[in-house]
Amino acid sequence: MPEHTFRLNGEPVTVTAPDDLRLLWVLRDLLGLTGPKYGCGIAVCKACTSHLNGRAVTPCSVPVGALGPEDEVTTIEGLAGEGGLHPMQRAWLDLDVSQCGYCQPGQIMAAVALVRRVAAEGRAVTDADLDGIRNVCRCGAYPRVREAIRAGGEAMRDSPDRGLPTG
Amino acid sequence: MVGRKDAGRESVEPESVRRESGGLGRRGFLGYVLAAPVLVAGAELAPARAAGGDSAGNGAAGADLLLDLNSVMTAAALPTAHLITVEVGQDGVVSFALPRTEVGQGVTTSTAMLIAEELDVPLERVRVTLADARPELLFNQLTGGSNTTIATYLPIRVAAATARSRLLDAAAGVLGAPAAALVLSGGLVTAPSGRRVGIGELSARASADRTARVAVTLKPDKDFRVIDTPRTRVDALDAVTGRKRFTMDLDVPGAKPTMVCRPPTINGRVSTVDNLARVRAMPGVTDVAVVSTGVAVRAQTFGQCVDAVRALRVTWRPGPVGGRSEAAVLAELRAAEPPLGPAPPLTQTVEDVFTFHFRGNSALEPNCAIADVRADRAEVWSALKSPIVAKKEVAAKLGLPPSAVTVHVVEGGGSFGRKLFCDAALEAAEASRAFGNKPVKLMWHRADDCRQGRVHPMSTSRVRLSHLGPVVLGYAQRHSSVRTDFGHGLGELLTAMAARLPLGDAAFSQTFFHLSQAMPYEFGVTTRLLGEAEAGGGFNTGSMRGVYSPDVTCARELVVDRLARKLGQDPFRFRLGKLREERARAALLKAADVAGWGRSMPAGTAQGIALHAEYHSAVAVVAEIDCRPEVVGRRVRDAVTGPRVTRVVVAVDVGLAVNPSGLRAQLTGAASDGIALALTSSLHLRDGHFLEASWDDYAYTRQWNTPLEVQVVVLPGDGRPPGGAGELGVPAVMAAVACAYARATGTDPTVFPINHGVLSFTPKPTVPPVPASPDDGAARAE
Repeated sequence: MPEHTFRLNGEPVTVTAPDDLRLLWVLRDLLGLTGPKYGCGIAVCKACTSHLNGRAVTPCSVPVGALGPEDEVTTIEGLAGEGGLHPMQRAWLDLDVSQCGYCQPGQIMAAVALVRRVAAEGRAVTDADLDGIRNVCRCGAYPRVREAIRAGGEAMRDSPDRGLPTG
Repeated sequence: MVGRKDAGRESVEPESVRRESGGLGRRGFLGYVLAAPVLVAGAELAPARAAGGDSAGNGAAGADLLLDLNSVMTAAALPTAHLITVEVGQDGVVSFALPRTEVGQGVTTSTAMLIAEELDVPLERVRVTLADARPELLFNQLTGGSNTTIATYLPIRVAAATARSRLLDAAAGVLGAPAAALVLSGGLVTAPSGRRVGIGELSARASADRTARVAVTLKPDKDFRVIDTPRTRVDALDAVTGRKRFTMDLDVPGAKPTMVCRPPTINGRVSTVDNLARVRAMPGVTDVAVVSTGVAVRAQTFGQCVDAVRALRVTWRPGPVGGRSEAAVLAELRAAEPPLGPAPPLTQTVEDVFTFHFRGNSALEPNCAIADVRADRAEVWSALKSPIVAKKEVAAKLGLPPSAVTVHVVEGGGSFGRKLFCDAALEAAEASRAFGNKPVKLMWHRADDCRQGRVHPMSTSRVRLSHLGPVVLGYAQRHSSVRTDFGHGLGELLTAMAARLPLGDAAFSQTFFHLSQAMPYEFGVTTRLLGEAEAGGGFNTGSMRGVYSPDVTCARELVVDRLARKLGQDPFRFRLGKLREERARAALLKAADVAGWGRSMPAGTAQGIALHAEYHSAVAVVAEIDCRPEVVGRRVRDAVTGPRVTRVVVAVDVGLAVNPSGLRAQLTGAASDGIALALTSSLHLRDGHFLEASWDDYAYTRQWNTPLEVQVVVLPGDGRPPGGAGELGVPAVMAAVACAYARATGTDPTVFPINHGVLSFTPKPTVPPVPASPDDGAARAE
């Protein structure tokens, strides 16, 4: 079975897996990283949202064979530095966003990618941007998610994650 | 876990307890200290107590107060309240194994708050876990009916107060000062001399070598410093860092990913499998076996399970639903509708019948469970709201005594009614056994959850209001529903309590219907009856955040609006003039005031107002909707858009709000649910299967449907004990949105959700039963 090497949360990893095994299962079932959640398996609920080279992807739709040694995968576990919290996570706590918590890793990873994207376009997050977020929250915490993205986005401007794409 | 122990407890004499508690005053209760090496305290609660002005005074429903479902559930839980205990560890951490399930509704946080308040320890020093299935708790381990806080508010406080009392007594000896002179705060006991000792150090000294009764007085409401203050969820940090563990995140040795290849029609059965050997030889696959629900596959990864499920060639026998479509079910519902009878003579009427389609009650976490079955025992992990029933059913399935089955309750990623049932736990146990007693981590694919999972029953509701001019003389509602499954323990509870109910031996569903429906308006003679259609007996049903209430309330409020219109009256003022209770009146007034009811709005937009009272709580909602063509036709990629609810104002009275932040979250979530039920969310039944197979098909509220403004106003509880809130908001929001839609469009909608007639997606195939995962994710990075 083929070996695949890529960077995961800042460190190189090598796994043995079929080329077409989706990254979600490499992370969860082979590497034991359970932050990205399964919600649909077809890239529509976005619960597994993580970053590939700084941009939001759904690992359920990325075959591990598509990754190379230079590709950087970031999951919720690697979003903040050692022991700290990313400004978006802090905003989430400040606004007590989560309910059951199942969608929250994906929501936060999508939010960070959105803020980076609009910052790269030199503009602020709009209601239309927020309307375009596809992450399902079955607890229906959407209004607090919107508030937290605006607050977390503001906080990102004054942080090391200045809202610029890293990849 | 100490919460499981009851050894060493003295036998309880309910009569003497009742007698003794009569002299304790309205905040006085009896607790007990359990024989244990550290301090373990529980509550003794008599079944009946006199009412009082403090929130502790009238929390326990007496046998003479069994008027509604929550009183019944609370009364059923009381006799075993003494079996749930608070433990003070030698590290100063207070532990409590909650015999309920946390599925997002916030009960671990509110429970920790009750203990922190009564025991004067910091909230972060209270550790609330979920108790394993404990059959000795009888009816006191069922999470449903928005009953958790109602039923556990007093027992938990009494247990914590008992621990506090013992700690102070123990500290008196250590600090050389009378207990009455000591101050317990922040987990430390301080003497007038300034000497201090931590509760962890006191725990062993405060423990008992034989069980002892302790009379305690609860803290008066006016001294609350934790209860009734907004607190962030205790699991929030774990949730935002990805550390929160759900069932599929647990590392149980040897438990490998397992999925089931399911039939193309509801509850179909395997006839033959043509390629078992070939699928068994696929990469990563370890086991394949036929089970009662399909063909189970076990593999190294879930991705390989998906591949194996898709590769299986199975011949199926159809299920009991057969090839039915929803038109046939509708005809059965019409036939099952109880007769309305003639209208009173010489009166005018407003009457209509409303249709509510099937809805999916999937949480975002799919049905899942881990099972490790051995020849003589089994261990199961799952988010279960009725774990005692799960334990019995798993044991029966495996042919083991219930004592040989351990059921661990795991925090769930949402429930909405689904986790009252143990479908995945049963299936995991069966698969583990079928594979030759190998541990399994079994998960339903989302398509399974949509197509074979439980659904909120399709229903019709006929409402007739009889009136003479502005005087309403009668209200009649005939609700007809596909049979709702109550096999999750609530039925058992109602049976056990039947002798104390005024309804005789009516079926569970009838009993539940009558106990859960209240009429907030003074509408003269009121009759409500439930009819049930078996529809082949083949649907997997379950309630979704409210059993009958969302549909019943929506139908009622729409007809109330129609009568107001016929009489030329404003919908808000008409309701205000008919309300029976002051709480509902205050909620209605507050919602209308905050929303600016009656303000001028552009054509094609409107406000709607609605009211609901249940769970010892009351709620009023004003919704504003925009049905103008440019909004209805707005384009969002791959999205179901349509009319947009632009604003929701909720005024809620739950009595005492233990955690106002959690309460707001519940009502905000209810707004999302109510909008979905009124406008977009339903399942389409065609030829024996539901067309929806994932979140792109099933149009639950998404960001593009979310109101830009949601305001939740928490009304003062006026000393009433906590009511329920988990399901409370859904009926009122659904009804307010429906009423707003009717007013904005000048139509009288009768079919819900209103877009049910338009199929917004191309149905996915039913064979194979699950779709392949896309492989272009990297190209779609954003």
